[in-house]
Parts: sequence; structure tokens; C-alpha cells
Amino acid sequence: MEAKRKGPVIFSEIKPYAGLKQALELGESGVLKLVQDSNLKGRGGAGFPTGLKWKLAAESADKEKFVVCNADEGEPGTFKDRVLLTEYPVLVFEGMVIAGFAIGAEKGFLYLRGEYKSFILSIEKELERMRKDGALGKDILGKKGFNFDIEIRIGAGAYICGEETALIESMEGQRGEPRNRPPFPVDTGYYRHPTTVNNVETFAIITHLAAKGVSWFKSIGTEKSVGSKLLSISGDCKKSGVYEVPFGITIKQIIKMSGAENTKAVQVGGASGVCVSKKEFNRSISYEDLSTGGSIIIFNEERNLLDAVKNFLTFFEEESCGQCTPCREGIPVLIEAVDLLRKGECTQEYLKDLFSLGETMQLASKCGLGQSCPNAFLSVLNNFKKEYSLSKANKKEKKFNG
Amino acid sequence: MVKSGGYMKDKNKEVFLGEENRSRLLPILQNVQDKKGYISDADMQNIADELGIHPVEVYSVVTFYSFFNINKKGKYIIRVSNCISNVLAGSEKIVKEFEKKLKIKVGETTEDKKFTLERTSCIGMCDQAPAIMVDDKLIGKITPQIVGEIIKDLK
Ligand SMILES: Cc1cc2nc3c(=O)[nH]c(=O)nc-3n(C[C@H](O)[C@H](O)[C@H](O)COP(=O)(O)O)c2cc1C
Ligand code: SF4
Ligand code: FES
Repeated sequence: MEAKRKGPVIFSEIKPYAGLKQALELGESGVLKLVQDSNLKGRGGAGFPTGLKWKLAAESADKEKFVVCNADEGEPGTFKDRVLLTEYPVLVFEGMVIAGFAIGAEKGFLYLRGEYKSFILSIEKELERMRKDGALGKDILGKKGFNFDIEIRIGAGAYICGEETALIESMEGQRGEPRNRPPFPVDTGYYRHPTTVNNVETFAIITHLAAKGVSWFKSIGTEKSVGSKLLSISGDCKKSGVYEVPFGITIKQIIKMSGAENTKAVQVGGASGVCVSKKEFNRSISYEDLSTGGSIIIFNEERNLLDAVKNFLTFFEEESCGQCTPCREGIPVLIEAVDLLRKGECTQEYLKDLFSLGETMQLASKCGLGQSCPNAFLSVLNNFKKEYSLSKANKKEKKFNG
Repeated sequence: MVKSGGYMKDKNKEVFLGEENRSRLLPILQNVQDKKGYISDADMQNIADELGIHPVEVYSVVTFYSFFNINKKGKYIIRVSNCISNVLAGSEKIVKEFEKKLKIKVGETTEDKKFTLERTSCIGMCDQAPAIMVDDKLIGKITPQIVGEIIKDLK
């Protein structure tokens, strides 16, 4: 199966354990330096520098540390982690072992979303094989004193558990409610021990990076966005699926690649992302422009984007943990607003209020869910004025604050 | 009543009562959910006793996660993803077809307690939309024709 996919980094050729062997040669500090020099940023969406995260965890004097692979993949329109875990699992687990080696952890967790529970059998088999090969367990690949193993934890249908602190709460047997940050998990994570949480794709890249080095890695992508990105493409296109592309690829190229026609808009980053209009199709996927976990949803001319926005907001209403007010109370107001806009009953004045509500949610929510859930709403209001018409009447002035 | 599946069985309770005990709560709940399809009041009480926490804490966790049920549901739970890619691909037609064939509405369970029909968020099968989950199984590229076959296979 592995030969089928092609790509510059993750889907490029690699021998089993080539990355891990090289990492053990480099030594702990060598791996930390490698990851920092590579400028690799996390692929789960937030784009935090992986090298810095690992360094902070490595520097902690705590004897117990943990590596967590975030396989909660809940962002609507994302399925690349599914492909990695079913087709390239060892690439991911090898990356986790390398992380454990670099930061000084003996235990890793794979937090797998409940929807992917049926993959457990095959994943367990791969882990077992790695144990037999000596790539998990005691004295890994002959490295005296380096022990590491991976345990699977399964989610139970909660998108918010993809947020790293909610994920840790969930692993501790709690409701998946995000914690205040700081302190960050690298400092105060699983049972208050230093914990590095990384996305599935980030670990897969680590394995290649360790095997092939920094200059190879830096030859791919743009100056500020090094390497490649897995895109999960779906919606109104002929060839939906997972594509590995170098950073810097434009929306126009993506549309062409996926065989989409009559494209009206492209939602980049899933429900929490932004809706890109035709006049912006020259924009690129990169940390400096459109930063994303890889969800690409294509809409053709026949679609009404307010329907899509309502679908996203309803999703967030369902998935909000309800801990903080801007998120919990703001989402229903936005949903109601979509209906008003749909019916042409929203006034100019109220529209202004909605923008300010959206901005308040972005600023005042506790976690990324609340902070990003107004994005699609605001971008459709800004970029697709044709999708709605405002009410001229002043009579029924609507205010959301009573 | 289902016991928590032997997660704690061979452990001396006192030895095991550290705070990390609590981290076993989700696996235990998942085990009970898998075995009997829901988590009863008595189960929650039992689990709380075993972990040395208050039953209300167990309840608050159970109700947080959408895959845990406190009421008995159908033997098979069919979840149709209502994420945007599925909607674009016609998932509402699939929901209607299931409703028609099972003679229930979304959220309901058939009289013979065989099937429960639900909606769910993105299940990571957007490239094969419309997609559904039947218990733990992910099935993509569903058509109204296949709906009948899926039900027949389960019966
Ligand atoms: C609501 C919400 C959901 C998230 N879901 C995921 C997810 O499913 N997978 C993921 O890797 N990161 C997710 N994240 C980001 C994580 O909090 C964290 O930044 C990431 O796992 C770090 O890994 P990386 O640095 O390798 O990207 C989510 C964040 C938020 C706010
Ligand atoms: S922003 Fe929303 S999801 Fe995040 S902590 Fe607040 S209520 Fe919970
Ligand atoms: S957006 Fe539908 S399964 Fe993902």
C-alpha cells in the first residue's frame, strides 16, 4: 500500500527505523538541535515550533515525562491522520519514540478519537511488531537505558478533546474541558508532569527529518514555512482525498489538482477556518498566509455559503464545552443571525453588533474553539456580500444584549 | 450489572487508590458501554466505589461525551455524519432513507430495540461522503440503495 502515495516528505521513500536509528546516533541533544534547526512547526493547526516545545520539556528536571500523539482529528473536513494511522502507522510511532528519546520520556500515549476505534486492532498489531523488532520496550534498538512504550487511549466523541489541555483532562478521566494556559503542558501536563502533545502528521515528519536531515527538509516549501503539508480535500470536486503538497501552493493550484469546477469558494481550515473567495484564489497555504491543519472544503457556484456557515456554527454549538461565556452564549446568537441574514431581516446596525460580537469571541474565549468559531461567519460576511441582503427597515432593531 | 471489566481486579484496592486511578475512568466506561450499550445508575455507583470518587463525578463525565449513553439504546447505533462535506454529498437523503426503512425519526430507537438512528459530527470520512458509522465501523459512499442492504445485513 505504501508505494501508492507519493509526496515530497511524508510520502517519500524511507526504510523502517531509519529515522529512529539515526536519532539514536545523534543523541538526545543532537535530536533537539535537529528539530530546532529544521524550523518544523506543528501540523495540528496552531503551528507552534516543535523544536522549542521539545526543548522546554527536555530541560525540565522532572523524572517523569510524557509524549502524546494527538489523533483526535475532529476538525470537519480533516481525514489525513486517518490515512497516516491506517497506511503509515509505524512512521508515526517511530516519531513518538524519537520524541521520547529527545525529551527523556519513557511513556507515550496515542489519543485516538472514538470514531477511529475500529483501527485499534491493526494499530495494536503494529505496536506489537515494533516491540518484537526492539523499537519499543527496553533498551530500544540496543540503546542501553532507553526505554519507551506506547499506550492507546480512546476518546468518546468530543471534538474539544483535540485541544491539548482538554485532551489531557480527558486522559486523566475528567470531562474534556480546556485548562487555562499558561501553564502549558510542556511544563504542567499529564498529572502535572511535562508533556509534549503533537499531531500525528508532526510525528510522521519527525521520522523523515531524523533520517534525512535538515538541509533536505529545508529544500522543500517556502522560507518561512518549511516542508510539506498534508491536505484533506473534500466537497465539490472530482478527486477528493489526501494530498501531500509543499507549502506555498495556491488555492488555484489546489482547485485544479482536485478536479473542481465552477468553484465559488474554498473553506480553508475546516469549520474553524476561513472562507476564501475567488478574488483571493492566489493566496497560498503557508504559516505566513493561510495557516491550516489541512482541511480544504470546496464549494461550487450552486451552494449557499450561509448554509455552510450555519452548519459550522451548529457543530460548534454542539461541541462547545460551555465553560466560558463568549463561546457558550455567542454561538447561538451567531446561528440566529445567519437565519436573519438568510431572510434579509438583518439591519446594518445589527450587522455591526455581530461583527463586534465575533471579535469579542475571538479575543475573550478561553480556548481555540471559541476563538476561532466566528472565523467562517465573519469571512463570509466580509467576502461574500452577494450571499445576503440587509434589511432597510429600522423598525425591528435587533440587539443581542437585550 | 457489568463489572468494570477486570481493570482493577488483580489490584489491591489500597495500592491502587492513587490519583492516577482516575485516569482509568474512561477506559472503564468504554468497556461498560461496549458490553451493554449504556451505562446505568448502578454501574456509575459501582465504578465510583471502585475508583474512590463520588458517583456524581462519574455522571458528569458520562454525560460530557457523546458516545456514552445513560439510557438503553438499540442494539446497533447508526450515526449519519451531518458535517458539511456529507451534506454537500447528499447525507440528508440518506437520513431520510434510514428513517423510512426503519420507520423511526433521527434520535429514536426501533420498537424491537434493534436500531437507533443518530446524527454525528465529522467522522473523518469526508473523502468518501456521504459516510456513516454503524457502531464502531466507518462506511463511506453510502447511497439510498445501500441503506436497505446495510439494515438487512444487520438483521
Ligand atoms: C478545539 C480544538 C481542537 C483541536 N483539535 C486538534 C486535533 O484534532 N488534532 C491536533 O493535532 N490538534 C488539535 N488541536 C490543536 C492542539 O491543541 C495542539 O495545538 C496540537 O495537538 C499540537 O500539536 P502540533 O504542534 O504537532 O500541531 C485543537 C485545538 C483546538 C483549540
Ligand atoms: S472557548 Fe468554548 S470550548 Fe473553549 S473553553 Fe470556552 S466554552 Fe469551552
Ligand atoms: S466533513 Fe464529513 S466526514 Fe468529515
